[in-house]
Amino acid sequence: MGMTVSQKILAAHAGKEFVAPGELINCKLDVVLGNDVTAPVAIAEFEKLGMDQVFDQEKIVLVPDHFTPNKDIKSAEQSKIMRDFARKLGVKHYFEIGCMGIEHCLLPEQGLVLPGDLIIGADSHTCTYGALGAFATGVGSTDMAAGMATGEAWFKVPESIKFIYYGEMPRWLSGKDLILHTIGDIGVDGARYMSMEFTGEVISKLSMDNRFTMANMAIEAGGKNGIIVADNITRKYVEKRAKRPYTVFQSDPDAEYFEIREYDVSKMEPVIAFPHLPENTRPVSEATAVSLDQVVIGSCTNGRLEDLEIAASLLKGKKVHPEIRLLIFPGTQQIYLDALRQGYIETFIEAGAVVSTPTCGPCLGGHMGILAKGEKALATTNRNFVGRMGHPESEVYLASPAVAAASAIKGRITAPWEV
Amino acid sequence: MKFTGKVHKFGADVDTDAIIPARYLNTFDPLELAKHCMEDADAEFPNKVTAGDIIVADKNFGCGSSREHAPIAIKGAGVSCVIARSFARIFYRNAINTGLPILECDAAIDAINSGDEVEVDLDLGQVRNLRTGEVYEAAPFPPFMQEIMAKGGLINYIKDKR
Repeated sequence: MGMTVSQKILAAHAGKEFVAPGELINCKLDVVLGNDVTAPVAIAEFEKLGMDQVFDQEKIVLVPDHFTPNKDIKSAEQSKIMRDFARKLGVKHYFEIGCMGIEHCLLPEQGLVLPGDLIIGADSHTCTYGALGAFATGVGSTDMAAGMATGEAWFKVPESIKFIYYGEMPRWLSGKDLILHTIGDIGVDGARYMSMEFTGEVISKLSMDNRFTMANMAIEAGGKNGIIVADNITRKYVEKRAKRPYTVFQSDPDAEYFEIREYDVSKMEPVIAFPHLPENTRPVSEATAVSLDQVVIGSCTNGRLEDLEIAASLLKGKKVHPEIRLLIFPGTQQIYLDALRQGYIETFIEAGAVVSTPTCGPCLGGHMGILAKGEKALATTNRNFVGRMGHPESEVYLASPAVAAASAIKGRITAPWEV
Repeated sequence: MKFTGKVHKFGADVDTDAIIPARYLNTFDPLELAKHCMEDADAEFPNKVTAGDIIVADKNFGCGSSREHAPIAIKGAGVSCVIARSFARIFYRNAINTGLPILECDAAIDAINSGDEVEVDLDLGQVRNLRTGEVYEAAPFPPFMQEIMAKGGLINYIKDKR
């Protein structure tokens, strides 16, 4: 019997020829990741082990991005725990303010995660790296601590669902719309414990930035990982960044899937996820009556250069609606610099937007754009749970950067073709 | 392991932002986190909950973020066990790793109400409703996880192996 790409990566890291769904295996890890919220907890657990060294100083990545630049004294203390740990134990990939970025934009950009890798991260959106043809999954701090100590983690081999996207991509459709549509179809636990494999002619033409967006939100359907088999688009992205060899794994033609779902994208519209779950999706044309207070463009889901490019193309020469606060968060320093050189930042500021240093900030209601009671935000982020961006009685609508930019201009949820 | 406690019942898809909102994640002190446990699902929960109480919830409990602060907050609040129709994957793993007892049990979710006293036997995979006398069967954990939990979590498990 054949294996899926996810099975193959797990098998290779367990030193096995074959692994079957449901099997419990112990695997060697290529990268262990943590941030300023999860790493301090992991460091405390790591210290309980009485360890004074990590398994490999090159394979641990620490990124202060959630509450940084530090929002208060307690956050500063948490960042300091991580910074001190990195210095003391010689963790090579610690990214201080000035060279940091939102972790899931930063690691691929820096070539730290590559096709065929097995990656755990103490952040649920670690699944983003599946866009590179890696097996990447979110874990908690204790798993991260164990990973830093041993370089290993145990896994239950997941079943896979194959998603096939076909047809002609309409002009304003993006990876964000495809993944929101998919989550709307299968629900927030539709892929619980499972691997989501994204395939088809639409995916094979999709840019890396859009692929990252899709894999990023696998967790919002409960997925263990999202994955896209590496192809020439992936190789082109990776070749100038990789500093070590990597392996491209394919799914076998006779691999077994729990389910196969197909979507014709030709007639799809941009998708909005209504409060308070990412599965509450509607086409944008059924959402245009919702008035807004704030629009956020950025995050590990949609803070990459193409996301800013499409937002800038809509905002060029226009003004943000006077009752809207438009906040823009480039994903990394490099993306910020590229956007600056392309003139996007100037476009945003002239339109009346605020442009911030990279941070997870408002996405998780941390800082830099919290909502008051009763306020409504449209965001290119990944979650719209109760209280996610602020007051428990505020609301978050999820959408693509194109819809976000158009909505910021009109002051209500707006289709990109309306502006 | 056996627990007896009063039930607080919740619905489906209780996410980790509801269990412990991110605005409180600038600490990982269990007692600090406990002050805000389940706050965005039920603002009164931190005041109502008493040591040994049991959370009963519908499907996909703990979906969303990987924050281990979620099981830490629940444990910090004194909750002895969480019974759900199903758990989101990362929460499931975090609960076992941090030694928060959990159990998946369909029948219990359908029949138990807030305020009921229940007894949970993790070794047998049984939940007994002390109000009605009914017993609900659940699948016990695989041996691999039983060993981690018996040792009080993943860190102790690794310590013993080394």
